[in-house]
Amino acid sequence: MSDIETLVRDALADIERTDALDALQALRVSLLGKSGSITAQLKTLGKLAPEERKAAGAAINQAKVRVGEALDARRDALQEAALAQRLASERIDVTLPGRDGDRAGLHPVTRALERIADIFERLGYQRADGPEIEDDWHNFEALNFPPNHPARTMHDTFYFPDGRLLRTHTSPVQIRTLKDRQPPVRIIAPGKVYRSDSDQTHSPMFHQIEGLLVDETSSFADLKGTLATFVRAFFERDFEMRFRPSFFPFTEPSAELDIRWETDDGSERWMEVLGCGMVHPNVLRNCGIDPERYTGFAFGLGVERFAMLRYGVTDLRAFFENDLRFLRQFA
Amino acid sequence: MKFSEKWLRELVDIPADRDALLRRLTMAGLEVEDVELLGESLDGVVVGEIVAAEPHPDADRLQVCTVEAGLDAPLQIVCGAPNARVGLKAPLATVGATLPGGIKIKKAKLRGVESSGMLCSAKELGVDSDASGLMELPADARTGAPFAELLGLPDAAIEIGLTPNRPDCLGMWGLARDVAAQFDSTLKIEPPSAVAIDGEASREVRLDAGADCPRYLGRIVEGIDPSAPTPLWMAERLRRAGLRPISVVVDVTNYVMLETGQPLHAFDNDRLQGAIVVRHARDGEPLTLLDGTEVTLTPEFLLIADEAAPLAVAGIMGGLASSVTDATRNVFLESAHFAPTAISGRARKLGLHTDASHRFERGVDPELPRQALERASALLRELAGGKAGPLLGAERVEDLPVREVVSLRRARLERVLGLRIEDTAVHRMLEALQCEVEDTADGWRARPPSHRFDIEREEDLIEEVIRIHGYEHIPTHAPSGELALQADPEGRLKPLDLGLQLAARGYQEAICMAFVKAELLQDWGLDADTVALANPLSADLAVMRPSLLPGLIEALRRNRARQQSRVRLFELGNVFKAGADAPVETAELALVASGAAHAEQWGQPSRAVDFHDLKGDLESVLALCADPQAWSFDAEALPHWLHPGRGARVLRDGKVAGYIGELHPRLTSALDLDAGVLVGQLHLPILQPRTLPHAQPVSRYPSVRRDLAVELSDTVSWGAVEACVRATLGARLAQLLVFDRYAGKGLGDGRKSLAMGLILQDASRTLTDEDADQCVADALAALERDCMARLRG
Repeated sequence: MSDIETLVRDALADIERTDALDALQALRVSLLGKSGSITAQLKTLGKLAPEERKAAGAAINQAKVRVGEALDARRDALQEAALAQRLASERIDVTLPGRDGDRAGLHPVTRALERIADIFERLGYQRADGPEIEDDWHNFEALNFPPNHPARTMHDTFYFPDGRLLRTHTSPVQIRTLKDRQPPVRIIAPGKVYRSDSDQTHSPMFHQIEGLLVDETSSFADLKGTLATFVRAFFERDFEMRFRPSFFPFTEPSAELDIRWETDDGSERWMEVLGCGMVHPNVLRNCGIDPERYTGFAFGLGVERFAMLRYGVTDLRAFFENDLRFLRQFA
Repeated sequence: MKFSEKWLRELVDIPADRDALLRRLTMAGLEVEDVELLGESLDGVVVGEIVAAEPHPDADRLQVCTVEAGLDAPLQIVCGAPNARVGLKAPLATVGATLPGGIKIKKAKLRGVESSGMLCSAKELGVDSDASGLMELPADARTGAPFAELLGLPDAAIEIGLTPNRPDCLGMWGLARDVAAQFDSTLKIEPPSAVAIDGEASREVRLDAGADCPRYLGRIVEGIDPSAPTPLWMAERLRRAGLRPISVVVDVTNYVMLETGQPLHAFDNDRLQGAIVVRHARDGEPLTLLDGTEVTLTPEFLLIADEAAPLAVAGIMGGLASSVTDATRNVFLESAHFAPTAISGRARKLGLHTDASHRFERGVDPELPRQALERASALLRELAGGKAGPLLGAERVEDLPVREVVSLRRARLERVLGLRIEDTAVHRMLEALQCEVEDTADGWRARPPSHRFDIEREEDLIEEVIRIHGYEHIPTHAPSGELALQADPEGRLKPLDLGLQLAARGYQEAICMAFVKAELLQDWGLDADTVALANPLSADLAVMRPSLLPGLIEALRRNRARQQSRVRLFELGNVFKAGADAPVETAELALVASGAAHAEQWGQPSRAVDFHDLKGDLESVLALCADPQAWSFDAEALPHWLHPGRGARVLRDGKVAGYIGELHPRLTSALDLDAGVLVGQLHLPILQPRTLPHAQPVSRYPSVRRDLAVELSDTVSWGAVEACVRATLGARLAQLLVFDRYAGKGLGDGRKSLAMGLILQDASRTLTDEDADQCVADALAALERDCMARLRG
């Protein structure tokens, strides 16, 4: 066996024994460095006969390559092992909870209200707004409720000493909008409304959304189409629906929309979800709009009813108790 | 309106079973609200007659009755009803019968005595709620006859919810008319003929109320038997309509009201003095009503009086003194027309709501009084005898309401409905509704019948046509129209944008009642210039909230009471303040926080939420509206409810936007809360305008950081230090941050140190160390000069 072969065999054995990266680096220097044992072999070439030199040189180079590769492989292996060890030591319990994880979100009524308003905004309706303290004219008279009319008794009204009142519906926004601008008008008016009634199914304050469309072409067929589309979009379901004749002083013909609702016990029943109708000519006239030229439809819906159906809330009063345990479910 | 289905079917042909009838009623706008099935399982229940009754040998309350039931032999029945007595006819459930409640009748021994059936109360048979004793049947009921047949069972009591525009359906005749139109079927109502006059009693009637009472008819029936029984058929119809039989005179007037829709009143004729006068009440005129209520009237009330005293509040309720009693033999029947405007709202003012007021304020057919009076006279004579006097009364024909002709244009009908209906069908429907119809070139002219107060204009006819035709026939169609794009202005935040940011910071949205208790506002010092309701539901809900905070803090308190120790809530809503002419209503945003700064967690120490936590949360919201430079905080003019040393006024470009801080300890103790409750109240209109970004070029040169620590008096705020450094360094100061604040040991009382980081950058070149050092030196010099600071060694 030549020197070089012995050298290589010893070097490989040394490499295999080395188990620290810095020791391996020192070994690399002692083997392949400027004065390393294998590098030193090159110096012996000069003593050889020219015809032997070529073969011996090749053998040395080959030895350098072999040792170099062995060093690299060992380095990689040691680095790999070191990383594996580090990773193992850095292990954490990923199942421990994260920081600041309190659940919070919008109130379910807001959530339903925004969803409803959003659907209509996509249909080209614009949001409109009005005050919660109203006068008799906007809340009743302009909406075709004569003074003392029995229809007013359907609205248990909160009054202020000066005769003003808390709006009993969002319909006064119809009047405010139509007094303000000429058709075509498409508005959606969400907001708080008040009735002096409080029991399991009535809250003295609740939320309504009013919709109004007035233009030169709209008909009851458009009203049906709009509301059927809306109800399906809101619940993301198809229902059997019926428009049933009803009465509101500010629309004629008037209707209530019932949907066929499956209750928790699996039975089905008709559930009233909103009131609507063609805007009464008197309302248009009260706002200075020519009812011969323009027709329109209006609808009003109770947001709490929609929120209850959509999110399975069974007690209306829960909405205004502000119990975090209840509210966080909607976050 | 509640009624017997069987009765309705006697008045009109209904080519439909019960379900189809109910559906049709609802779909014609007469919404069925409730259906009570009556006498569904009364097989085996017969008329029994108690022919003998002995006390039970072993039970005090029981009797052993011998009951004749049309069988081969009488039956022995043990019965505990207090009214069981010999001669009584009562329903008998025979062995094998199953009662509506599911009770199976078997032969049984009661305390050792055999009983072969059960004598029943009305409740046990499901025909009435009366469970006080055996149902007493008329003496002429045939013993052994099926009980169901006797009562006209099975039947259903149908309750419909009538909208205020349909008073015509508050009587069976009107209901039958509408059903006839709905089914295009035949009415079977026979108008009553005039009763034979065999009495002479008369009384003058004077109308002194103008158009408020244009027709008042009456009749005296003399010598009736006040104890005559109300026949079973009438009692049953009354019961199924939700009325309790009382006495023959009252029952007849109630029955005729149910049948015709015309409210009637019966006076004891012997208690009337002189003429009947219909007039407005005088101011302060007193009257004791039938139900014992004493009322004091004003001229807006219409009164029925005689020459001595007021007798009744017209169209609402009769007076006690003139009312019929068990001893009344001579009756004055009243059947009048009162204008809706003369009645509406008046009953409510007296705290009343009666069958009469309900009908009169909605409108009763002016042609009904005569028919109803004839019908009532005939029934009263038939049931209680007596002699009918001549028709009395007075009329102001010129003041009677007239139904005007209304035009309906074919084109309008189609435009409003989006549906074309055959001309002949429209004509037929209008006729079925008893309008006088005339075809015209462009449509129809219709004169509505006298009972339809609600048909006055074209839209009313359109509604009638489609109601009868069926809403379900209107097509479903998406509206077409100009697609006008209405983009939201980018320069205006929606309230919800702010809410979503707070929700992301862990604040839950709450919605509180907009009215609060007055005393609560006193605690807050917010009781000036409030807006109070005239008719609150309760004292707790009496005043419109002048701030969202009192309600939100109540919500916080309730949550803490429910073991929620860390609470973050916000609300968006309107607040109300009295103004010079009208209440002022503004939109606010409020937030509250209490408990730990962070949700309890395994890896970090817990500490209580403090001012700067809330401020950070608020700043994250303010950042949506405008750059940080637009916002400033100072401690000027703080509201009373804030801790004076831990509260701040929030300003946007110098305008007050709201307040944040810790609640005043006095308030927290008054509200029974722990200290350390943080609140914020912001005026939404100041927050909503949103500054549009205007991009500045970003410097291409590196920034340098220099730290500077100074020592100064605790009275100098960071705001002052910041302003001083910013003014000194100008554009070169890319960012200024404060990374340490220290007070205490080594500094002396009233001293603190602030350590700040100055991020320096130039837009045109790289800053040298000398540049940076110069900046620090300039800043320090300015701080020494303006803030009495010195470099911290």
